[in-house]
Amino acid sequence: MKQPFDRSDGKLVLAHILFAFVALLLGGVAGMLQGTVRSGMITLPANIGYYELLTAHGVLMALIFTTYFIIGFLYSGVSHTLGGKLLPSVRRLAWIGYATMSAGTIIGVIVILLGKATVLYTFYAPMKASPWFYIALALVVIGSWLSGFGIFRQYMTWRKTHKGKVSPLFAYMSVVTMLLWQIATIGVAAEVVVQLIPWSFGWVDTVNVVLSRTLFWYFGHPLVYFWLLPAYICWYVVIPKIIGGKIFSDSLARMSFILFLLFSIPVGFHHQLMEPGISGFWKYTQVVLTFMVIIPSLMTAFSLFATFELYGRSKGAKGLFGWFRMLPWKDVRFFAPFMGMLVFIPAGAGGIINASNQMNAVVHNTLWVTGHFHLTVATSVALTFFGITYWLIPHITGRVLTARMNKLGIVQTICWCIGMFFMSGSMHTVGLMGDPRRTAYTTYDDHPDAILWMPYHVAMAVGGIILFIGLLILAYIVIGLMRAPKGESEYPIGETAEGAEETPRYLERWGIWVGIAVVLILFAYTIPVIDMFQTTVTSPGYVTW
Amino acid sequence: MTGIRPHAKQKSGALTKAELDKKEPGLSGTFASVLILGAFIAISWIGVFVLFIARN
Amino acid sequence: MHVHRLEKIWLSIGISMLAIFLIVIAATAFGMGMSPPSEHHHTIDPTQVTTTAPFDNPGLKQTGDNRYEAVMIAYAFGYEPTTLEVPVGATIDFTVTSSDVVHGFQIVGTNVNMMIEPGEISHMSYKFDKPGEYLVLCNEYCGTGHEYMKTTIVVK
Repeated sequence: MKQPFDRSDGKLVLAHILFAFVALLLGGVAGMLQGTVRSGMITLPANIGYYELLTAHGVLMALIFTTYFIIGFLYSGVSHTLGGKLLPSVRRLAWIGYATMSAGTIIGVIVILLGKATVLYTFYAPMKASPWFYIALALVVIGSWLSGFGIFRQYMTWRKTHKGKVSPLFAYMSVVTMLLWQIATIGVAAEVVVQLIPWSFGWVDTVNVVLSRTLFWYFGHPLVYFWLLPAYICWYVVIPKIIGGKIFSDSLARMSFILFLLFSIPVGFHHQLMEPGISGFWKYTQVVLTFMVIIPSLMTAFSLFATFELYGRSKGAKGLFGWFRMLPWKDVRFFAPFMGMLVFIPAGAGGIINASNQMNAVVHNTLWVTGHFHLTVATSVALTFFGITYWLIPHITGRVLTARMNKLGIVQTICWCIGMFFMSGSMHTVGLMGDPRRTAYTTYDDHPDAILWMPYHVAMAVGGIILFIGLLILAYIVIGLMRAPKGESEYPIGETAEGAEETPRYLERWGIWVGIAVVLILFAYTIPVIDMFQTTVTSPGYVTW
Repeated sequence: MTGIRPHAKQKSGALTKAELDKKEPGLSGTFASVLILGAFIAISWIGVFVLFIARN
Repeated sequence: MHVHRLEKIWLSIGISMLAIFLIVIAATAFGMGMSPPSEHHHTIDPTQVTTTAPFDNPGLKQTGDNRYEAVMIAYAFGYEPTTLEVPVGATIDFTVTSSDVVHGFQIVGTNVNMMIEPGEISHMSYKFDKPGEYLVLCNEYCGTGHEYMKTTIVVK
């Protein structure tokens, strides 16, 4: 039964998705320019700085594209699975959230392009940007909180009216995702509102640098799980329906999300392993906690392969890997997310290396790290989001995915993978050779080590250009989807296999899980943070650009 | 609805643990795939570890 | 919750592998001294760096047989002293702080890769077994001149 998507909800979702793609395109222009500058192919005109472009690239890609797409996607699934229609109060909250985030985004982009916030998307103190930059960030975060509250309200209303029933998997996972976000953003909100805005306005003279970095990375690590979990929602809930199979295990899927909620936050120190001011004991403790968060991804890998294998064998596949061939490779709604899954193998492996305590010295602040997150967020998550778009826009606009758009989508996916192979592959390699990230064109006075890096920069630039072409194809596709012929498209939601065990109710006892998450955060952070308050000497601000 | 007539529930829908164990599907391909994934993680980690030791 | 037999085996293998990694990391860090930088915590007033010992006299000081302390200041956009000359086979204890924003201190080709933060003093040691001209660069964005921020260590 294909029920048309609620029109008002559709407007809300589409507004988020389109804003996300505009941010992606603008961020992509910056990215391509960065690559060509670092390889020496071009020099920028005098009024555009490399680091301004880099700041815009980071903010637009890592904060705006992601957050908007995620909120849009989650709202679409919450509307679809929790009654087919958002409550009016929920939709209102979501629109206020959208407006607040958008105001913040616009102010932020203007301040960046005016050269008053060339501090990159991590805005490390004591580099001091214009207070309007921090205010813009605060607006984006506060807006997202409102959007999160909307999802909670829709979910809680459904629970009250469906007492005793297990919540739909999509909605459950959306709640975990936004809970994670709410808890994580407390850190960056505290940093921005309590530390940086007063200091930037001049009401306070100095800032506690170590504390500000710690608050940022308390947020910065779960941020990447905020990106990843919606992709996992697609892989767990949507992909089984698209291939014509079943969800492998509803319970284990929920359990994996609970493990993400517990273990993605008390781990920020693995981004600070090379810093002074944090003891080796607490760095290692948070490394151990970080390794715990690998486990739900190991579970997810098993679940996904199992979904594919069970489907393939149900269609008569034989042999160890025969089921692989039965997957719908020509359906971009499967192919794009699948490539995201495949790339997550090297992406995750790199992440484990990054977090391995003193081994981080090999890769810290090198292009290896840039290569890593271009695999994780810019391929696994991004390709999955693109894959979602091929059915989401048709479904919410009452149109169809034409064969032509589907084919173009396959082309776009392959283009993206080729570009990323050259760019990220080179980044990983030259990073191991010591080449630093976040650095404009230089040969360090023709030092022989730096000269050796240059061919890789050329490969990165070529990869970046191919990716930009992929973005242009994607822009054409998104416009094409919006102008496609009218018709019925499904919202693919998977079903669990018959005879599967019942989902344990304790997975929905939110008090317990949030409680444990808070205890872990307090355990991992209390003592080192108290130390930061007591021993750190604060610093004045600088404008070094 | 748990706790209300648990035996009737097992008869109608969910399976007991014993039944589930008996009915486990063949997942040899899945197992092989995740082992390959595990090997990839191990080899890349060991590679960078060796690099770290060599540079020390 | 039912877990497939093969999934149980997979997770056992996976978790064991992670545990082995963690044990190796702990053994080499806590047992063999190959730990992350700045194990000892020292602070400094970041506005008084050039007048606070030892940074009031940056440079190389011999502290023992084939052992030296390299006291350095990172600033936008360079390092003081502007170059160091070190005999091959010497162990150098780097003591570095920043007089302005956060910088990086990475000796390309080695594991010396640490953050230099105002208010904090960073420590790392390295034994220069091979001669050559080592590139030391700032790998933490610090402003417009970031890509020029470097120094060299000449090992003879």
